[in-house]
Amino acid sequence: MNPELVLPILIPLTAGALSLAFWRSITLQRVLAVIATGLLLAAGIWLMHSTIEQGFLVVEMGSWPAPFSIVLVSDVLGAIMIVLTGIIGLAIAIYSLASTPKGHEKFGYYPLMHLLLAGVAGAFLTGDIFNLFVWFEVMLLASFALLTLGGERAQMEGAIKYVTLNLFSSAIFLSAVGLLYGMVGTLNMADIAQKVNSVDDPGMVTVVSLLFMVSFGIKAAAFPLFFWLPASYHTPQVAVSALFAGLLTKVGVYALYRVFTLIFTQDVGYTHTILLWAAALTMLTGVLGAAAQFEFRRILSFHIVSQIGYMLLGLALFTPLALIGGVFYIMHHIIVKTNLFLVSGITYRLLGSYELKDLGGVYRQRPYLALLFLIPALSLAGIPPLSGFFAKFIVVRASLEASEYVITAIALLVGLLTLYSMIKIWAEVFWKKLPDHVTDASRLNGEVKERNNWAYYVPVVGLAACTLVIGLYGQPIYILAETAADQLMNPQLYIEAVLGGQSK
Amino acid sequence: METMMAYVIGLLFTASIYMMLRRSIVKLVIGLIILSNAANLLIFVVAGLTRGAPPLILEGASEIAGTVADPLPQALILTAIVIAFSVLAFAVVLIRRAYEVVGTDDLDKMKDTDT
Repeated sequence: MNPELVLPILIPLTAGALSLAFWRSITLQRVLAVIATGLLLAAGIWLMHSTIEQGFLVVEMGSWPAPFSIVLVSDVLGAIMIVLTGIIGLAIAIYSLASTPKGHEKFGYYPLMHLLLAGVAGAFLTGDIFNLFVWFEVMLLASFALLTLGGERAQMEGAIKYVTLNLFSSAIFLSAVGLLYGMVGTLNMADIAQKVNSVDDPGMVTVVSLLFMVSFGIKAAAFPLFFWLPASYHTPQVAVSALFAGLLTKVGVYALYRVFTLIFTQDVGYTHTILLWAAALTMLTGVLGAAAQFEFRRILSFHIVSQIGYMLLGLALFTPLALIGGVFYIMHHIIVKTNLFLVSGITYRLLGSYELKDLGGVYRQRPYLALLFLIPALSLAGIPPLSGFFAKFIVVRASLEASEYVITAIALLVGLLTLYSMIKIWAEVFWKKLPDHVTDASRLNGEVKERNNWAYYVPVVGLAACTLVIGLYGQPIYILAETAADQLMNPQLYIEAVLGGQSK
Repeated sequence: METMMAYVIGLLFTASIYMMLRRSIVKLVIGLIILSNAANLLIFVVAGLTRGAPPLILEGASEIAGTVADPLPQALILTAIVIAFSVLAFAVVLIRRAYEVVGTDDLDKMKDTDT
């Protein structure tokens, strides 16, 4: 029995239930949010420690033996994702103390945040394909409510697109699970993986695999199914945006990694080639979309799309090095992207706008904030020695080794355009002088005393430190990604761990 | 029987996509409802339809004799129905609020957040 495998799901669920019980006491909910996310991070680190020691952790729910029960499985990739969930959860919980409007807190912001984290953690740990669907829905329902909290016009419009496309993707996922069950007669992912090779009609397996690809592709915001993301991610209050930006699409990417390394590896030449071109086009459209935008969070939203492309590229090339790059990229991206959204929230607080034309002069008044923006921004663009450089370097190197020169060229070009976008934000928000039409700059000039200021800066500084550590001290992180990729490339290990060596 | 059900499911999927492509948000939600029903029906049929053979182990026997109905898809559908119910309840509230805030039920006019 490994309690650390269940804790990452139990902690946020309990915290969410407790927050509901203390509905009237916002103070208690706030304290609980910070404590619970801190505990989640601690549980994640514990899980990571035991996973590295033992290889795989498996817990069979209700003590039914493996193919019949729902299993929770943790491999190194799952443990990495849980640790990242803990880091982001803690950062958002602290940031929310200062940034969340009172009205949102009164209408269940904290319980929803816990529920979202529980859904995300469940999706990372489950070893059962239908259970994965259930965790997806838990996560989605919490995200729907968080997205619409506040009820502004833009939020409603964004939410309709977000809800519709995500429900559509869930229906495809559900149909695919049904068809897969019809072919192999099991829902346990390890069991599916060993039975799927002996079905009557291999062509049908490829069809089902494409259904999974479309469904997870929508959730991961891959080309051409990403339109819901830039239409909705800039509408809620900034802590919610940052939480979504860090975790939600990455659950889709994780699901793609899991399914397309473990189950659907029969026809790699076909499925992974589609993924490859989807990845290339995702990178390109995302970055070009960002170049056309002049709103802080919209630019960042489009960059989520383009970065998803790099992660998919790691999976699509399907070589050990490429998978290392992909896993490394996920680690780097989650931290950096959340951090950029958090910085955009600080400049919004200072000047009351996300539009680049209404922002300016921040460098003059707040040079340290400018530096805090520059670290994740340059990291996103892939400037050494920050984390993004190594992430891009590994992926690009892997695509060169696979002789995919066009893809390599696209990846490098997209890196350059990312730098362009980041410099655009830098020049507009930090470098240029404050536009004349902005009348209320009292916060920026420090004339209004700010309360709870530390809660804005602690998460940003913490995440920037994580970026620096990944960049400057990259070897252990690389080895971690290597272990994760190694397990992904050898699905037999996963199958044996879950089914206890009784595989054929 | 399965063949006929396959046609029914296909028809449901077609109808739901058609409804979702309409401009009214009410029809959009009706489309989503039909879509979730189509997916549930698909799960139900895909494991094969067996009539009048409950999966019971007779007294004294240690395993099931003969062909019986697969109970698992029904459990899956139950879960899926509950989830779809809660999600659609949210969607109905959402379109009502959206209609109040935006002042139109025409999806083509909700373009403020598009890029």
